[in-house]
Amino acid sequence: MDTPKKNSRREFLTKFSVAALAGATLSPLFSKEQDTESDAVEVRNFTESIESLLGGDYTNIKLKMQDDVRRALKKPVDQRRWGMAIDLRKCVGCNACTVACISENALPPGVVYRPVIKEEIGTYPNVSKRNLPKPCMHCEEPPCTEVCPVGATYKRKDGIVVVDYETCIGCRYCMTACPYEHRMFDFGEKYGDGLPFPAKYDERPSFEYEKEWKRDKPEESPIGNVRKCTFCLHRLEEGLLPQCLTTCIAGANYFGDLNDPDSVIAKIVSRLNVTVLKKEMGTKPKVYYII
Amino acid sequence: MKKLFYVLWIIGLLLGGIGVFQRLTTGHLLAGYGSRVVWGLWVAMYIYFIGLSAGAFLLSSLVYVFRIKMFEKVGKLALVTALITLVCALLAIWFDLGHMWRAYEVITRPNLPSSMMAWMIWLYTAYFILLLAETFYAFKLENNNDSAQKEALSKKLRLLGSIGIPLAIAFHGGVGALFGVVSSNPMWHSALTPIFFLVGAIASGSALFTMIVAFFWEERNSAYFDEMMQLLAKIVLISVLFDLLLEWAELSIALWMGSPEHTFGYREMLFGEYWYVFWILHILLGVMVPVFLLATRKKPFAIGLASLLVVFTFIGVRLNIVIPGLVTEKIHGEATAYIHPRLSYHYFPSSMEWLVAIFIVSVGIGLFVIGNRYLKLTQPKHSLNS
Ligand code: SF4
Ligand code: SF4
Repeated sequence: MDTPKKNSRREFLTKFSVAALAGATLSPLFSKEQDTESDAVEVRNFTESIESLLGGDYTNIKLKMQDDVRRALKKPVDQRRWGMAIDLRKCVGCNACTVACISENALPPGVVYRPVIKEEIGTYPNVSKRNLPKPCMHCEEPPCTEVCPVGATYKRKDGIVVVDYETCIGCRYCMTACPYEHRMFDFGEKYGDGLPFPAKYDERPSFEYEKEWKRDKPEESPIGNVRKCTFCLHRLEEGLLPQCLTTCIAGANYFGDLNDPDSVIAKIVSRLNVTVLKKEMGTKPKVYYII
Repeated sequence: MKKLFYVLWIIGLLLGGIGVFQRLTTGHLLAGYGSRVVWGLWVAMYIYFIGLSAGAFLLSSLVYVFRIKMFEKVGKLALVTALITLVCALLAIWFDLGHMWRAYEVITRPNLPSSMMAWMIWLYTAYFILLLAETFYAFKLENNNDSAQKEALSKKLRLLGSIGIPLAIAFHGGVGALFGVVSSNPMWHSALTPIFFLVGAIASGSALFTMIVAFFWEERNSAYFDEMMQLLAKIVLISVLFDLLLEWAELSIALWMGSPEHTFGYREMLFGEYWYVFWILHILLGVMVPVFLLATRKKPFAIGLASLLVVFTFIGVRLNIVIPGLVTEKIHGEATAYIHPRLSYHYFPSSMEWLVAIFIVSVGIGLFVIGNRYLKLTQPKHSLNS
């Protein structure tokens, strides 16, 4: 019983030392080739432009991302992972996305899904400015859904965090739990409040979650509910990009399926220098910032 | 005096009725809170009344569980006080919901075990049922003259009371934990929060009870009454001081080396716009004056007055948990990113909120007056073992 074991050990040691020796002597010959290879596959080039990253094989990046969305829709819902990237180097702070979102979701006064935070650096008059659009992070580990007493807010299989308007009791606990202060309460305000006649645009329904939500009575959903960004789920399901993305004048936003290595978003998030807000909270946001 | 009281009470109820009407017809449109300071006066009132209830209940356990002779005549009073304050608490939080008529969902589809709010609701439902049962048996015991049956009833009460103690601790600790678990809020996210809630419950609940006994107890010229007052005074004094100690622990640790995100709320509480809620309402009228009275005076009136001060100013302690915790931007620059009154970090209760608050208090007082008239809570009757 003993002999084969001993033999095999000796064999292994011999082979190992030969290989090690060969490796040590020959390695300089191979090293160059290996390096170039890993350059292409692993090392990230943070200064690479998005155009070259995508290989220039597109005419319009938004159309390409729309194709990404449509490709993802062909997969079962639990295999999609929607994510967004916002290029802080490009954002000019024009708030076009803020307004487009309000219009798309027919948001009432005091409810905003995508404010743009403006930070001033330096002291007047020697200041510079930075802009940070802030939609829902659609956290992979969302603290907001954990606290809901009735399970009205939850993470869908594709990673989008939603609120079931017909179940939410409006306790606002989720609002206190969100580290990004994203969620908003619908108090039932109208743009025409205080006007002698009702304002026409207050009658526009919202089509969130692919349903029609009107604002006729107090305490009729979504009034009295907590509201939040849905990545424009109702548009996504029709193969369209989120409205903020299509409106952005600087082309600073990217969107798609993080689970698809060929998608624009997956390439950006894996290859460029990105970060997330409040990483230390461990919420794993799916909105990335290119810096 | 009595007439004035009734007139005031009816005015309170009518004014409160206006607030309730506004709330029911316009929803939250007239509320002062927004999407930044998301909780306001009503949530503070909710934790205030819940604390009073848990505190009064824990006092009642001195009678039914520990069988302390001194308190046995006031056992029912403590139980009914716990019941009424619980009703007030539930009313306050009910008005606060965005969809009041969906409140039943918290029972039919609770998000357990992850939501602390769901836990709290289930625990106080159990507590409510237990309180009803205990009150029922307490009255049955009192109106029973058969000693064998009496023994059986007081055993039942002891059992219910013994279940009630951990339940009261769990559910009020749970209310504290509701705040404590919010890790994105450094002011609330402390292991001390649930303990702070419990000690506050004992301080405010025992003060409420002492106040009622001091002012309404009918058999005033007895040695028993005097002795009971002295003991109650000690309980209130010790719990108020202990509460202050916990407050100091929380504040000093946070302020000493805290990050701005952690300390901003505290600094607002101490030196901000509403500094007087902390310094005048809480520290001066809620701690210093009552502690002085309780430590130096022996007259029931002085003890009653001290307790009254503790009870009424405690709403300030509760407000100072809810509001300063919400006035800090969680992301720097949020306050100016989008301007709208609902997105402001400034909060003062609106007239509707005050009116609804008056309504809730009036309902509580009304229930107590009716309860006292029919159940004779403040009149001594048979004792447990007689
Ligand atoms: S950003 Fe806030 S609302 Fe959005 S998923 Fe994360 S915790 Fe929830
Ligand atoms: S406000 Fe609605 S979604 Fe948020 S925790 Fe309460 S019930 Fe859940």
